[in-house]
Amino acid sequence: MSIAAAHPRLGAERAGSAAAVSCTHCGLVVPAGLVREGSAEQFCCHGCEAAYAVIHSCGLQEYYRLLESTGGEGAPARGTRRAYAEFDDATFQALYCTPAAGGLMSVELLLEGVHCTACVWLVEKLPRVAPGVVEARLDIRRAAVTVVWDPSRVALSRAVRALDTLGYPAHPARGVEARSARRAEDRRMMVRAALAGACAGNIMLLYFALYAGMFEGIERGFEQMFRWVAMGLNTLCLAWPGMVFARSAVAALRTRTVHLDVPIALGLYLGGAWGIWKTVSGGSGAEGIYFDSISTLVFFLLVGRLLQQRQQRSAADALELLFSLTPAVARRVGGDGSVTDVPTEAVKAGDLVEVRPGESVPVDGVIERGSTSLDASMLSGESRPVRAGEGERVAAGVVNLSSAVRVRAEATGEGTRIGRLMKMVEEASRRRAAIVRLADWWGKWLLWALLGLSAVTLGVWWHLGARVAIDRAVALLIATCPCGLGLATPLAMPVAIGRAARRGILVKGGDALQTLSGPGKEGGTVVLDKTGTITMGRLSVVRWCGDERAKALVAALEGCSSHPAALALARDLAAEGQGSLEVEGVVRHAGREGAGIEGVVDGRRVVAGTRSLMSRRGVEVGAEMDRRGREALGDALSPVYCAVDGRCVAVAMMGDPVRPEAAGAVAQIRARGWAVRVLSGDQPDVVEAVARAVGIEPEDCRAGVSPEEKLEAVRAMASRGRAVMVGDGVNDAAALAAATVGVAVRGGAEASLAAADVSLSREGLGPVVELLEGARRTMRAIHWTIATSLGYNVAAASLSVAGLISPLLAAIIMPASSFTVVAICLRTGAFRGRVREEARP
Amino acid sequence: MSVLYVMVPVALLLAGGAVLAFIRAARSGQYDDLETPAHRMLWPDDEGVGRDKGSGA
Repeated sequence: MSIAAAHPRLGAERAGSAAAVSCTHCGLVVPAGLVREGSAEQFCCHGCEAAYAVIHSCGLQEYYRLLESTGGEGAPARGTRRAYAEFDDATFQALYCTPAAGGLMSVELLLEGVHCTACVWLVEKLPRVAPGVVEARLDIRRAAVTVVWDPSRVALSRAVRALDTLGYPAHPARGVEARSARRAEDRRMMVRAALAGACAGNIMLLYFALYAGMFEGIERGFEQMFRWVAMGLNTLCLAWPGMVFARSAVAALRTRTVHLDVPIALGLYLGGAWGIWKTVSGGSGAEGIYFDSISTLVFFLLVGRLLQQRQQRSAADALELLFSLTPAVARRVGGDGSVTDVPTEAVKAGDLVEVRPGESVPVDGVIERGSTSLDASMLSGESRPVRAGEGERVAAGVVNLSSAVRVRAEATGEGTRIGRLMKMVEEASRRRAAIVRLADWWGKWLLWALLGLSAVTLGVWWHLGARVAIDRAVALLIATCPCGLGLATPLAMPVAIGRAARRGILVKGGDALQTLSGPGKEGGTVVLDKTGTITMGRLSVVRWCGDERAKALVAALEGCSSHPAALALARDLAAEGQGSLEVEGVVRHAGREGAGIEGVVDGRRVVAGTRSLMSRRGVEVGAEMDRRGREALGDALSPVYCAVDGRCVAVAMMGDPVRPEAAGAVAQIRARGWAVRVLSGDQPDVVEAVARAVGIEPEDCRAGVSPEEKLEAVRAMASRGRAVMVGDGVNDAAALAAATVGVAVRGGAEASLAAADVSLSREGLGPVVELLEGARRTMRAIHWTIATSLGYNVAAASLSVAGLISPLLAAIIMPASSFTVVAICLRTGAFRGRVREEARP
Repeated sequence: MSVLYVMVPVALLLAGGAVLAFIRAARSGQYDDLETPAHRMLWPDDEGVGRDKGSGA
């Protein structure tokens, strides 16, 4: 059951190539240093090993069969080895847990790493892994699991540790009250739509008889009964479900704004009132009463609103995980050395907090006492533990793995890196909500047009009597009710998003699709990351010039980082016995002054990195090595200078092939009016060589950028026009959030996936082009639906003013316009076709 | 055909009953998650959702 998958970010390869060993759990390549001779099972990381052990000891091997049969891709188990001790705290339980029947307790947790059907199966098997858990029910859309457990048989921390070991780190779902309020609101909306539907259906049945009666004749008694019953149902429909529009219209008028709900409410309630008057004052057949149209209108519009609400919910849900990543409680050390538990919000800059092993760091700060290893995978995507000692910085949200440390807080709450990220994401979503919905814009014009036309109609027909004139005017208001307009966007967006999801493109909000449909008036730029997006992301050592003995030292040092370059170096330079080399004092460098890694390996000082790092760290680089390095750049390879004990002894030349479809994709993106730029942390020569290969001019590239510079650049672009950032998410979370639309490739850090508006689960630039094309087609479909429904409205208005409209005619026109809108939305060419697996090189 | 005077109210009562049933179902949370049940369908037949009847697995 080897599940072979190419994973761009980790630089892994298909396990078909000779001598490549695949992980028994996730199917990715096992780094050479971790291969165990003579063992049937191999693992790429501790997480996978632990998950495999648990799965087998509980008899859950079905997971692997399910993974293969449902076509899921294996992913490394991201267990964090946290202790989750605070989950058993009384305050925690009071905040997040609710009692359930029979002495049980229930809690809702957000999980990382859930991405497929097999995961759902595995998570819901929690009762088998942690006896005492009664039920675990997962909502895959929100990655939220509701765990019901028996406190007398198992502690919550034990159950959550089991989930973590399986590869699903958990966080409490905050905002319990807000969520249950939203849930109640959703249910109420559904009930309203259902009631409106029931009323509309029954009224239609009654009208069937009345319309037949118009042609064939109908007994007076039945006729009146049908009219009165229809009136009653319609009044019910307007009094309960329809009030949504009345309330919204009144609120709008109070603030002197006009949106689509005002003409809608006008038509519905005036029509309803006049209908009541006509029924009560006698009348025959169906003349003058439009109950069927009114109630059907209410139903369709409520369905549209329901769809819109659901879609907004899923956009908000995606943010929930991001907001739950910092711990709620911190351990503050007082002046006298005493340690008290305080809410994280109460910690101020300058306070000292203690972080025990197994806990998350609550603030950004500097380690004042102790040294430990940390897991920063949630923020940066680095899954290997990182050592940090006194004087070194830690960020909020990072998990402390091995020993307790004391951290002097520098930034708290919104000032922390992750706090700033959350704030940016929140601001971005608020910004988007302010984008005026296309249909609402029409609402204003529609209202004035309607009022004007009604006045005209009244005037034209007044000479036939007030009653007739008012009849015609009311008919006008109802027949021109903007039903199709209200349905257009709420229908088109979820259809497009659903289709895109099936092609591995996960769009979090309809607004993203709107922005992506084209560069717009202000112009738009698509910013690409180099490694992994334009290139395969599969760095490998192409040439090694210099001392062969240095290979083992460099491999050991690079094994301490999970930067793609480091992984490739560690993998390609590995030799036997390398795992036993002692590595300490590892320091990573980044930025224009020099990038690389240094440390003490086997007692010797080893530095590996760019030429500027060598100068900065005082390493002597001979002329020969310099020449080799420049040679490499000429060949569009990245040179990594390796120095032992202060002298450069070798140069490793790394290459990363450009994706074959990249050049074509860039041309296609340009053809749609977008400008294309490249922002990369790699060296200028390499970046320019790659850019040239895909048709991007050197002046559109910026190389050697740090994450902060990336953020600034993207922010500047976003303020000038539409900026679409495409990146693999490692250390890019802030830039992704700052872009107008951020597109993350799956496999990046959890925080980046949460901050991005779109995440792609297929690699390469092909999905990006698909996304742009699909967005364009979706917006085109929306424009067509708006045009069509306006066309119907104009036709109905003309008929009304001419006095030719009747309830039967209205009952035909209005559903016809709605069905046309539905048909257009379903027939849109956006995101169509099956995904054809491109041949992997 | 005068039976219609009885039938129409009865039909309305039935419709009302259906609406009440829907309201009950919606309020009990059956329609909150419409995606995950589609995934559950793909699983092999076993004891269903991992509900532990208290006997320990």
